[in-house]
This record gives sequence, structure tokens and C-alpha cells, in this order.
Amino acid sequence: MRNPLSKTIESIPPSGIRKFFDVVNEIEGAVSLGVGEPDFDTPWHVRDEGIYSLEKGRTFYTSNSGLKELREEICRFVKRKYDCDYTVSETLVTVGGSEAIDIAFRAMLDAGDEVIIPEPCYVSYKPCAVLAGGIPVVIDLKEENRFRLTREELLSAITERTKILLLSFPNNPTGAIMEREDLEAIAEVCREKDIFVVSDEIYSELTYGKEPHVSIASLPGMKERTVVINGFSKAFAMTGWRLGYALGPENVIKQMTKIHQFAIMCAPTTSQLAAVEALKNGDEDIKVMRESYDQRRKYLLNAFEDMGLPCFEPEGAFYMFPSIKRFNMSSDEFAERLLKAEKLAVVPGTAFGDSGEGFLRISYAYSIDSLKEAMGRLERFINTLS
Amino acid sequence: MREKILMLIERNAKLTAKEAAVLLGEDEEKVAAEIKKMEEENIICGYHTMINWNLMPEEKADAIIEVKVAPQRGVGFDRIAERIWQYPEVEGIYLMSGSFDFAIFLQGKSMREVAMFVAEKLSTLDSILSTSTQFVLKKYKDHGVVMAKNEKDERISIS
Repeated sequence: MRNPLSKTIESIPPSGIRKFFDVVNEIEGAVSLGVGEPDFDTPWHVRDEGIYSLEKGRTFYTSNSGLKELREEICRFVKRKYDCDYTVSETLVTVGGSEAIDIAFRAMLDAGDEVIIPEPCYVSYKPCAVLAGGIPVVIDLKEENRFRLTREELLSAITERTKILLLSFPNNPTGAIMEREDLEAIAEVCREKDIFVVSDEIYSELTYGKEPHVSIASLPGMKERTVVINGFSKAFAMTGWRLGYALGPENVIKQMTKIHQFAIMCAPTTSQLAAVEALKNGDEDIKVMRESYDQRRKYLLNAFEDMGLPCFEPEGAFYMFPSIKRFNMSSDEFAERLLKAEKLAVVPGTAFGDSGEGFLRISYAYSIDSLKEAMGRLERFINTLS
Repeated sequence: MREKILMLIERNAKLTAKEAAVLLGEDEEKVAAEIKKMEEENIICGYHTMINWNLMPEEKADAIIEVKVAPQRGVGFDRIAERIWQYPEVEGIYLMSGSFDFAIFLQGKSMREVAMFVAEKLSTLDSILSTSTQFVLKKYKDHGVVMAKNEKDERISIS
């Protein structure tokens, strides 16, 4: 029998997160700081709206690009929050941000086009780029730059074939953000070198500094060369509803909609109707959740300091990325030994790229009580090392 | 800062001043001093433990008594309220708007004990015109806390 599999898919390694998940799953009673989703339930008024839509029998397909009412609310939301001007025809509702990443690459890449991907980062960008025929070019972000992308790093990665720069800030796993000045320097290079940007801003509502999140699409001359990806999972604690969106130039959104139409048809109707409610009346929910994450972030920073675990201060998302370099072992080894000794699961930094070596991703999407318990375990483990 | 401290300890009285300070990004001594001041000013009037007595073998009877009274000249409702709250059986007493005046929260060992208290002590007070006793059958949520709900993390452990 011939090999049923494509060479491309066989060439793609499985997700590092998945790999570690399988390890953790074998340990019974393990405490995990490994999740990448909020611990809050979706706000009740949002769930209620979903239930109501089912009661009313609103269970049909929506238009391919998503309910017009939802797209209008999305446009209002990004105007109000990030001063981005979009119309409904520049908006596509997707099945989570993940789908948007996939179809943005597929709509924009030809075989051999290069995609610059700063790492550490979420696990799907590289495989999606490869599946779309692109060639990932990785930039290793540095802790001394607080894991932000610099103009020099970007310039050194650009070639004749560079088509897209992928940005993911606030970042999973580092918690790094890019402020306006950082983005302006990057935007200037993109305009000069005629490079497009795919900007995954799924954590945009979870930043803890004085200034709110800045979208690169709001900078002069960038809207026409940027596809913004965002969604409801993190801001509104709606991971299981699988709902995201893409905003971009009309010609790109049109082609993305074509792929979306053939592959997906439309995002789930119940989720779309609930999301309208989230956007209309959810600002207070976001505020409450953000404050709670911020408290936990401060709690972990303090706990790390007390146990002598160096960690740069993350300013977004809900992850800490402490350095374990002084223990002279790999991230994998540290995570596995910690799991065996204390039954505490954290994700090795290397799951998010080679530059994650020497770091751990610790999620703080947990109650203070759970974090307290986990920090006790981590400290006991560290004390056995030194 | 006061409101932030109160929001934190309202849901978790076990938080130490140090922990609250870390969570708020404030100085520990400042937070401790502020808590002390709020205790002195009676803004913080006590620290309670949330107990789900339903899960204990001891029987308890909770009741809400709606009471109509004749307010007294010069002292209004306050004087009567003070007489009522002296009884240790009275867990809480609120002055209400609407069709009755006081809502009184009672806790006793049995329904009979509560009923006898109402009949013998409460109803016989001079200014009380009428009482109506409602027994609590089950507490689902109290002080913002869902009782007896076993919170289980259903998220996949690594994602």
C-alpha cells in the first residue's frame, strides 16, 4: 500500500504542548499550572444569551463571514478599545483565533514565501505557515529585550522572499508586550521593505501597564498591510465557544472568507449570538477578570522573588516565564523532575521554540489558593536543588 | 486603597495583610495600618467563617421573620430594633421598605425552638403588631458563595 500521508504533514513535529500533556496525564493527582485558558466561567449574561438563542431556535447557518450584527459590534469594539477603523466588509468571524491564523497564511502565501516568526511563541504559527507552503524564519527573542522584537532583529531576518511578519503580543508564553514606540520601529521597517503583518492580538485585553494595548494596525500606513487576529476566548473567558475574528484589507478578508466558506461554512451561530452580548455589555467583566489576573501576577512575581527564581515582569496575557538557567538543566528535565518530585506540572519553555530553553511557562489562570499550593511545591523542589 | 482591600478580604478573610499587600502591589505596613483603622472605625466589623451547616449532622433551623411594628415617637424603629437584636437567637435584623418593617434572621436548633422563640419572646414585645415566620429549607447561595458546590477544574491540564 502507498503511504496515505502527505510529506508536508509528516515533516511537521507534533505540538510541544501536546507532548508534555501526555507526560502529565500519566501522573495521577498532579497539580497543573499548565493551562492556556481562563479559569473564569463565561459571564452569565453571555451564557444566558446563548441559551436564549437556542430556545428561540436560532440554529441556522449565518452568512459565511458571520452575523452582520456581530461584525458591527466587533468594529465598534476595536474602535473603542484600540482606535482601529474597520468596516463589516473588512471583518471575518472565525472558529477561534486559530482558524484565522491558518486561513490568513493560506490566503497570503505562495510556495517559498518566507514568514518571520519571533519565538518563543504559541505553537501553531510555524505549522500553519508550512501547511500554507510558506517557509518559517525564526527570530529568537531575548530576555534582555524583555522578549520584545527589535528593529535590528527584524532587519537581520528579512530576505528578498520575506512576505509576512507574524507578531503575537501580548505574548504566550512570555507575557511580553510591545508598546507604541516598539511597534512604530517595526512598522517603519515593514513599510520600507513592503512586508505584511499578521498580528495575533488574542490577549489584547489582558495587559497590566498604565497604557492599554496598542494594535500595530492603528499606526499610520499599517492598516492596509496588516491582518489583525483576535477573539473571545481570553477577553471574555469563552474558549469552548470557539469564536474569533480577523480584520484586514478587504481583498485579503475576501480571500480568507473563500477558504473559510469551503472549509468551515460559518462559525457556530450560538456562539456568535452570545458574542454580540459579550461585546455590547461585557466591558465590566473584562475589567474584573483583568484585575484578578493582575493580582495573581503580582503574587507569583513576589513568590518567585522570595524563592530566588529570576523572572522578568510580564506585562500581558496570563503567563510567567521564569528563568531556570542557574540550575544547570534543560527546561524539559526541570519540568519532568518537578512533575515527578512534587506532582506539579508546568510547561517547558522549549515547547514554544528553541529560544524557550532555560525557561518555564507558568500560567496564572488559577485561584490564589491553587497558586499558593503550587508555589509551596515549587519552592520545596528548588530547595532540593541548591 | 480601602475599597480594594475590602473587595479582597470580603471574599477571603484569611488573607494576611502581607498577602493582600502583594496582590495589590502596595506596601505591607500601609495595608496593615489601613485594615487596623477600618477595624477601629467599624467599617470592618468582624471576620466570619462561611459554614455549610447542611453538611453537618447537627440539625439547625433557619428562619426569616417578617415583623410589623408600631414605631415609637422620637426614637422611631431604632429602639425596637435594639431590643430585638439583644437576643442571641437573632442572627440579623434589617429595616425594610415595603409591606413589613423588619426582616429578622433567626437560627435555632429546631423548627420548634424557633417557633417558640417567635411566639414567646418576639410577639410579646410591646411594639410588635404582627409576625410571619418563613423557614429556610435549603441555602443555595449565601454571601455570594454557592454552598456545597464541589468546584472541580474541568480544563485540560496542559493547553
